[in-house]
Amino acid sequence: MSSAALQPTSEPPTTPVDERLGRVGFLTKLLQRPELGAMIGAGVVLLFFVVTADKFGTLSGMARWTDVASTLGIMAVAVALLMIGGEFDLSAGVMTGSAGLLMGILSTEVGMNLWLAILLTFVFAAGVGFINGYMVIRTGLPSFIVTLATFFILRGVNLGGTKAITDTVRVGGLRDVAGYDSAQRILASDFWAPHNFRISVIWWIAVTALATWVLSRTRVGNWIFGVGGDKIAARNVGVPVNRVKIGLFMMTSMAAGLVGIMIALRLGSVQAGQGIGEEFNYIIAAVAGGCLLTGGFGSAVGAAMGALIIGMTFIGIQFSGWNTDWRYLFLGVILLAAVLVNTYVRRRAEGARG
Amino acid sequence: MSALLEVRDVSKYFGNVIALKDISTVVNAGQVTCVLGDNGAGKSTLIKILSGVHTHSEGELLVEGEETSFSSPREAKAAGIATVFQDLATVPLMAIWRNFFLGSEPMVGKGPLRRIDIKRAKKVMGEEMAKMGIDVRDPDQMVGTLSGGERQAVAIARAVYFGAKMLILDEPTSALGVKQSGVVLRYIVQARNRGLGVIFITHNPHHAWPVGDRFVVLNRGKMLGAWDKGGISRDELVRMMAGGAELEQLTHELERVTA
Repeated sequence: MSSAALQPTSEPPTTPVDERLGRVGFLTKLLQRPELGAMIGAGVVLLFFVVTADKFGTLSGMARWTDVASTLGIMAVAVALLMIGGEFDLSAGVMTGSAGLLMGILSTEVGMNLWLAILLTFVFAAGVGFINGYMVIRTGLPSFIVTLATFFILRGVNLGGTKAITDTVRVGGLRDVAGYDSAQRILASDFWAPHNFRISVIWWIAVTALATWVLSRTRVGNWIFGVGGDKIAARNVGVPVNRVKIGLFMMTSMAAGLVGIMIALRLGSVQAGQGIGEEFNYIIAAVAGGCLLTGGFGSAVGAAMGALIIGMTFIGIQFSGWNTDWRYLFLGVILLAAVLVNTYVRRRAEGARG
Repeated sequence: MSALLEVRDVSKYFGNVIALKDISTVVNAGQVTCVLGDNGAGKSTLIKILSGVHTHSEGELLVEGEETSFSSPREAKAAGIATVFQDLATVPLMAIWRNFFLGSEPMVGKGPLRRIDIKRAKKVMGEEMAKMGIDVRDPDQMVGTLSGGERQAVAIARAVYFGAKMLILDEPTSALGVKQSGVVLRYIVQARNRGLGVIFITHNPHHAWPVGDRFVVLNRGKMLGAWDKGGISRDELVRMMAGGAELEQLTHELERVTA
């Protein structure tokens, strides 16, 4: 009958399609590295400010801009993982404030040992992240909306709660609390005098390394890419999509908890408005680092580089003696450039469809 | 030997809507059963029953002679039934090897150093794809850069590797060009030759005819009939699919209009 052409043959069929598979150019391969753009960008910004500002290239200067980049970078890496998983968290910035305030109130007003307060703060952060994730999964609403609500709720609680408890808009006196010295040494001290690099830089590098390991080498990392790239395809092959997403929200909130605690310990006090607006810096850093807004693509190293770009820009503008308000213009330009580059890269990486 | 899968008078109701009524067919190992039908014929309801998304309302579903009913896709998968959905099978922005093992990653190492065995994953993926007749030179290449047919091949090879005894392919050729469809049809034959039972859902009789051993035609939730390859000619199948009498009438009407 007419099916002769497709009857079994003794040898495997020749490969009529593989000439298409072989044609992966070096450039395309390179463009598949999400952090490439951010690395080039960081190099350009570094060069620019080394030329325009004297102190910028010195070790002491470096201590300053890595300081800004470090706390931002820890959050950018966490937000990048969440974005790769296909979600957003607009409450991440204000969460740093909530964490600092909660730790401050528990230790100064309630009188707990600082370490216990830190532990409870992490539990609280995990809870907030869980609620964010659970709401997103249950309602099917965009995480943009759900976490915007969380943002306003936390912002209100931060201000209202702080005023109600302390009658001011700050929680102070952390330096006198039991456990402060040991906590400060681990989370908020300096090293390498006289340049005084912040210990948060070490945390930043460690978090980036850990996140890179998780993303590229572990099962969970594979699932994060799958969940963000195509939720339904991932579910069809047995990935626990909801658990991965909720876990990512919890991880992001706990990273915000860590950063909030670091900042509070460094300053010895917390302002009730701490962290508001920071969430955009995290997202910009993640996007500058090659994360796609649509999920499924990005890297931790890229996000860390994005944070470095922002840190260098903030300090560079200051060192150059310009009005620091200009930094917002830079942020906007960085974001726009990053999105344009990412869109182009994505098209290249996804390539033509047959 | 009992059939790999058999359905006897299976029906499915959604409220008062009769989605499927009294469907019966068998799928044997090493055979391709084609399910044909126009849009709304009930093809996807049938697949969803077989793949565990829906549970049938009436009738019997037998897997290797034993009566079963699946309450989740996971159960169907455990019974060796793998479903490859048309566009929902792979993640475009992930490397081929990552896609291949997504959800079932091979691991090495202990404790905190437990990690994906990337070397093995790439090797196995290359071997399995070679069995489908595809030579993957760069396992890190993103699936999105593959053609539609090749992406189906990744999903099929994956299903076969993870122990599927039966493969359900949901309209694998409907979005593809002529050449790519030919490639997918070749994969279907490959899977059949390796001893799998295949259910091939399509609305194109020209795709079904060359690969099918058995044809089931659905129309508006009912079975128009089931034939073995010897029992129906290609032209009859095409006529059946095209709506038979309806199409003839349409042809007449069109002739009158254009005359």
